[in-house]
Amino acid sequence: MIWVTFAIGFWLMAWWINIQIGRSGAPWAGLVMPALFGLTLLILWEGMVRGLGINPVLLPAPSAIAQTFAANLPTLWGDLVQTVVKGALTGYVLGCGAAILTGIAVDRSPFLQRGLLPVGNFVAALPIVGMAPILVMWFGFDWQSKAAVVVVMVFFPVLVNTVAGLRDTDSMQRDLMRTYAASYPQTLLKLRLPAALPFIFNGLKIATTLALIGAIVAEFFGSPTRGMGFRIATSVGQLALDMVWAEILVAAVVGSAFYGGVAMLEKMLTFWHPSQRRRA
Amino acid sequence: MMRSVLPVLSVVAAIFAIWYVASIGLNKPWAEDKARRAGVELSTSELILDTWSQKKPRLPAPHQVAAELWNTTGAMVQQGRALSKRSLIWHGWITLSSTLLGFVFGTGLGILLAIGIVHSRTMDMSVMPWVIASQTVPIIAIAPMIVVVLASLQVDDVVAKGVISMYLSFFPVVVGMVKGLRSPGAMQMDQMKTWNASRAQTFWALRLPASAPYLFASLKVGIAASLIGAVVAELSLSQDGGLGARMLGGSYYGQTIQIWSALIAAAILAAGLVAIIGLIQRITLKRMGMAA
Repeated sequence: MIWVTFAIGFWLMAWWINIQIGRSGAPWAGLVMPALFGLTLLILWEGMVRGLGINPVLLPAPSAIAQTFAANLPTLWGDLVQTVVKGALTGYVLGCGAAILTGIAVDRSPFLQRGLLPVGNFVAALPIVGMAPILVMWFGFDWQSKAAVVVVMVFFPVLVNTVAGLRDTDSMQRDLMRTYAASYPQTLLKLRLPAALPFIFNGLKIATTLALIGAIVAEFFGSPTRGMGFRIATSVGQLALDMVWAEILVAAVVGSAFYGGVAMLEKMLTFWHPSQRRRA
Repeated sequence: MMRSVLPVLSVVAAIFAIWYVASIGLNKPWAEDKARRAGVELSTSELILDTWSQKKPRLPAPHQVAAELWNTTGAMVQQGRALSKRSLIWHGWITLSSTLLGFVFGTGLGILLAIGIVHSRTMDMSVMPWVIASQTVPIIAIAPMIVVVLASLQVDDVVAKGVISMYLSFFPVVVGMVKGLRSPGAMQMDQMKTWNASRAQTFWALRLPASAPYLFASLKVGIAASLIGAVVAELSLSQDGGLGARMLGGSYYGQTIQIWSALIAAAILAAGLVAIIGLIQRITLKRMGMAA
């Protein structure tokens, strides 16, 4: 009972502190408040698992997960390299690159644009993960098939955003480029691509999550004996849930870092856009 | 509207053409191998026909998938076996039920969270970052674990699958609703103030109606995500059936046509669900006088 009381007490206290911080409007509130909230969740979790004696097979405590994580670093690193670096990153770069190039190519023909946008929007909403078993069959069990799944998954969201972004210049701006006698490549590089960047980055950010999902889910359909999806599937079978949670921790950290990296790149390249300007 | 029919049709036609050509290329080695062992020389047209009619092709041709789809839906209805375990209608229904269950709960949770976030500064600052962070975690990848744990807690299987759908669909709703509930401008909010409207009155009369277009946009994203969640969850509860289970079964036994027909069925289901929400959106917004 002590654990439960402590956890709930901590929760109430943190809630009160957060209200105070929120009222004070301090500049560091945006950082401290979510951190405190996250810490509260962890302590509630730990307290409930210990206090209520929840079976570790169902829900391991955060401390147990941390121990497993620390004890299995080499395995986790191997899985990370196999799934994220070889599978997800390769597929992400290939898929997004192909989508942006296709978007630029399509942009020259209004006919193709009108045809491709609705179709692309439709395909982007489909459960493309379902392609995984087929692609695993075509490209074998190793990382190549995972990269292929990622390519298919990220292609359409990025394509749709690129095409939409390249249309996002108004006639005034285009007329100005004309009065400068700018050639097509010049207009593309100096006006339309920069104007499309906020859209493209929107697609790229969506694609980071999709890439990790694709690479991990594809491993459920067959993989060599390493990789995050493989480890999750086999550990669930052995009811070694602390190992599963350790993999989730890795996925969470890598996923956030991936997303954060793309968001940072966006900030550097589209500093001029209203959404990136610092709030007054 | 009419202007884009021809371009869309030609893009679709191009996709089908590429599909047919690709299935020639991918199935050719097997067709040639078979002919060599039988000691027959295949002419080009025979070869092409063979690649389009194999039993376990690497890439089935569109008409094979269409035939399989018809055999497992329409033809079975005609025989009065619409709900037999081999019919895609039965599998589709299983997927649909956990999709809808998750979608309803995800939407409810999303709207409640959004209302809290809009009205409480504390919640906005402490919860919102975690809502966003929750989506950078590839949660769908741990669907098998959640499903297994919930199943061992004696939770009903449909609910276990619905939880995954719920997790995936609540996020677009939260983000869209927060945006929508905050969309009334300063002028409108000031107007409510001059009328001495309470918080609740402002909410019901101004914020909620103003958020409707945003809500519908996120519902469309949410239901598609919800369906993906249900399909992936079925990979780990495949004994119950469902479109995901059909895909997994097909990949075990190399039944490519079965995988593709399940995939197309899921696509049709997704398109249908999004279209229904689009229809509701159009009717609702029209009655509210907000139709674009």
